[in-house]
Amino acid sequence: MADSKQLCTFFVGNGYFGIPVEQVQEVVRPQPITPVPLAPKVVRGLINLRGQILTAIDLRFRLGLGEPGDPSKLMNVVVRTDESPVSFLVDEIGEVLHVSDDTFESPPETLQGDMRELIGGAYKLDGKLLLALSTERTVNFSGTPAHTKEPS
Amino acid sequence: MSDDIVREFLVESAENLDLLDRELIHLEKDPRNRDTLASVFRTIHTIKGTCGFLGFTKLESVAHVGENLLSKLRDLEIALNPAITTALLQMVDAIRQMLASVEAVGNEGERNDEELIKKLTLLQQGAAADKPQTKNATSEPAATPGPPTRDTSTGDGQKARPASPPARIAVATTASAPPETAPRAESKPEAVEAAMERSEAGPQAPAEGAQQSNRGASESSIRVDVVLLDKLMNLVGELVLARNQILQFSNGKEDAGLIAPSQRLNLITTELQEGVMKTRMQPIGNIWSKFPRTVRDVATMCGKQVRIDMEGKETELDKTIIEAIKDPLTHIVRNSVDHGIETPPKRVAAGKSAEGRLSLRAYHEGGQVIIEISDDGAGLDSEKLRRKAVEKGLITPEQAAKMSEREATNLIFLPGFSTAEKVTNVSGRGVGMDVVKTNIDKIGGTVDVQSKPGAGTTVRMKIPLTLAIIPALIVTNRGERYAIPQISLLELVRLESEDAKKRIELIQGVPVYRLRGRLLPLVYLDRELRADPSKVGSEADAVNIVILQADERQFGLVVDGINDTEEIVVKPLGKQLKGIRTFAGSTIMGDGRVALILDVLGIAQSSNVVNEVRARALAEKEKEVVADQGEKQTLLLFTGPGDGHMAVALDRVGRLEEFPIATVERAGGIEVVQYRGDILPLMFLAEMLEERRSHSRLAAAPAKTANPDKLQGIVYSAEGKRVGLVIDQILDIVDETIKVKSPASRFGVLYTAVIQGRVTELLDMPALLQAFERKRATKTHQERVEV
Repeated sequence: MADSKQLCTFFVGNGYFGIPVEQVQEVVRPQPITPVPLAPKVVRGLINLRGQILTAIDLRFRLGLGEPGDPSKLMNVVVRTDESPVSFLVDEIGEVLHVSDDTFESPPETLQGDMRELIGGAYKLDGKLLLALSTERTVNFSGTPAHTKEPS
Repeated sequence: MSDDIVREFLVESAENLDLLDRELIHLEKDPRNRDTLASVFRTIHTIKGTCGFLGFTKLESVAHVGENLLSKLRDLEIALNPAITTALLQMVDAIRQMLASVEAVGNEGERNDEELIKKLTLLQQGAAADKPQTKNATSEPAATPGPPTRDTSTGDGQKARPASPPARIAVATTASAPPETAPRAESKPEAVEAAMERSEAGPQAPAEGAQQSNRGASESSIRVDVVLLDKLMNLVGELVLARNQILQFSNGKEDAGLIAPSQRLNLITTELQEGVMKTRMQPIGNIWSKFPRTVRDVATMCGKQVRIDMEGKETELDKTIIEAIKDPLTHIVRNSVDHGIETPPKRVAAGKSAEGRLSLRAYHEGGQVIIEISDDGAGLDSEKLRRKAVEKGLITPEQAAKMSEREATNLIFLPGFSTAEKVTNVSGRGVGMDVVKTNIDKIGGTVDVQSKPGAGTTVRMKIPLTLAIIPALIVTNRGERYAIPQISLLELVRLESEDAKKRIELIQGVPVYRLRGRLLPLVYLDRELRADPSKVGSEADAVNIVILQADERQFGLVVDGINDTEEIVVKPLGKQLKGIRTFAGSTIMGDGRVALILDVLGIAQSSNVVNEVRARALAEKEKEVVADQGEKQTLLLFTGPGDGHMAVALDRVGRLEEFPIATVERAGGIEVVQYRGDILPLMFLAEMLEERRSHSRLAAAPAKTANPDKLQGIVYSAEGKRVGLVIDQILDIVDETIKVKSPASRFGVLYTAVIQGRVTELLDMPALLQAFERKRATKTHQERVEV
């Protein structure tokens, strides 16, 4: 088991993703979200986690997997970062899996777009691929606001 | 050697050194104050002792000569003079530098204090030469050994033994000394007194740090790590939120078992919050205490004499705020001494005392702390400021010409502005006042400067008490709530839909609202937030304007709805959202949802309220308005006899009353009512005014009294007398700028004007009252006119 990892897995759009459990603080059911106008579009808003205010990042948007879903149904994967924790909004929570490094492979060159930047590689599971998501890169986006400051 | 002991020593010494600074300055004013002398001596003795104990030999040697010198001073063998003070302050600085080095690298650092030690020794022997002190004395410590002046007490010092050992000998021999009444000229009894002091302080072991008990406070207070306080503050913040949630929940219930404890929770939380806030409060005196020293240094350097006064030292502010204003304040103080106060010859020439005065004042006002730093120096030359700003390309000549005096003086806050003719060691490098402003803005405060040429300058800061928990106005926009810090809030205006269309005007597409004759730029929160236009606001037809102040400029923020004010706990935004200047942070509302806190300054900037072109356009338009208006008045509008519109100035109107007709009595031929324990004569306008209109027109316009059983009255006071002016109906109170005036057409009318689109007569109350008095005096009983 020396070369194995525990991954917390979840579904976003048609993808199956995982992040190391030690980076996950907790998983929270859908929370009321306060939208932040002027924020980059990937930021869905703010949630209140027991008195702590977290930024909620819509993974669908972050990963370029189409239009974001209904926020009242999205689960929160609360991820530890260098600063305050951040919530990843995902469609559905999967199991916590033990994966072996033997099954890991870097993403193919043909994978393009945001995904390319955020996916460290794939674990080849029976019948499907589990994509390893880099939390660090996911929370660090270049901050291009969805709307620029000056109109016209 | 344990690190803990060293750290303890560092903390304690830093405090002691600050104390020394203060006491030395104090001593300079009152060189023979034995208490202070003794305290100074003890302080330096403690430092020296601890240094020796911890093995900091360089520190010890410097402190040692200082102690020797002080012991002479204390025993009045020599008297304090400016040279000695300077040398002692240099010693304090040297010790401070060494301590800083100890803190940073663990030793005193490579330094040579021979010069300082020599100087201190020399002074101690009273052998210092009488060379005049040069202007840059303090910047070159070793260059000036001589005391420049000798005050009367110097003689005492010189007749003392030149190199006596420290005063330990004196202690034993002076058990029965005469009390304090000893005359000033006799040095011996005083020395005895001082020695007695010493004998009390003597037994204390220096390394124990127990010296503070002499100052009284240490037994009743403890040192607490600031990190712990911050953590407590955060926890209390969360408790406040939880409390809010519980209260909101229990409000809807009728369960006594829930309501009682939740009310107790409410009270306790509030008290706890106040308590924790208090632990973080510090008197502003903590930073001010360093200023006498700063002022002295700067004044010496520039060859000036400055006295510093402080008022309101005990005014408390949150620790984080104290820290944030420390540097700005220091900068302003240095600036005042360097630029503000003139040199003694100049001052004398201007008919002022040679000694300049710098006064610091702090006080509470409306939940904020006001800090004023004023000097009685030369003041700011607004012409020079304008010129300089134009020279530096900060403003255009046209702008300069248009600036008000006040705006011109506030030019000093522009980045890259400095008026100092020459760059000195102290200031004049053109960085400073703008940094002051930025720092004060950052904590939600404001800074403003006022100046009278030749009479001085006052810098006024408004600072919030605390940053962590602030009162805020909650507004809604597109169904989301936003918090606006109350500190920027001026007033609220609500316009009903009809009104809104009329009163919101456009200047080149820029919406403005006339607030009491001034044009207020309007900013729509919707547009600022680029809200989705498809979602409609909750109160689409009425317009709610929140009038805000940012950067000395007022503007109206149009929001969908205004809720309430609440205490909110400010939480920072995550780094993903830091770049948005529209928001200052976030908070959690009573229902547990997150709300964003609007950054008023950020909105003002991003909506270009501070933008120059628009500001100029507004200023011009404003001028038009001002030019038009002549004089703005607040008027009470009403209808008089025959439905005519009339007005009186509101400032003389005491109250508006209704008098039931049944209460009207007659006395001395006129109608009166009993009013608030007094007899109020009633003046019927219909009787007083000359009626010019034909009877037929009068009949066509029947009186529109709202209630036939009651008289509508205006209680009007003039020259200590009150009179009840009976009119038909109160209409409105307006702030009006009278534009069209035409002369009065009948007695009792000052002039006629168009107010709210109607021709209105402004009553000449003094004339009417005179006539009323005459009538009262001469007229016999007359039948009352039916109303």
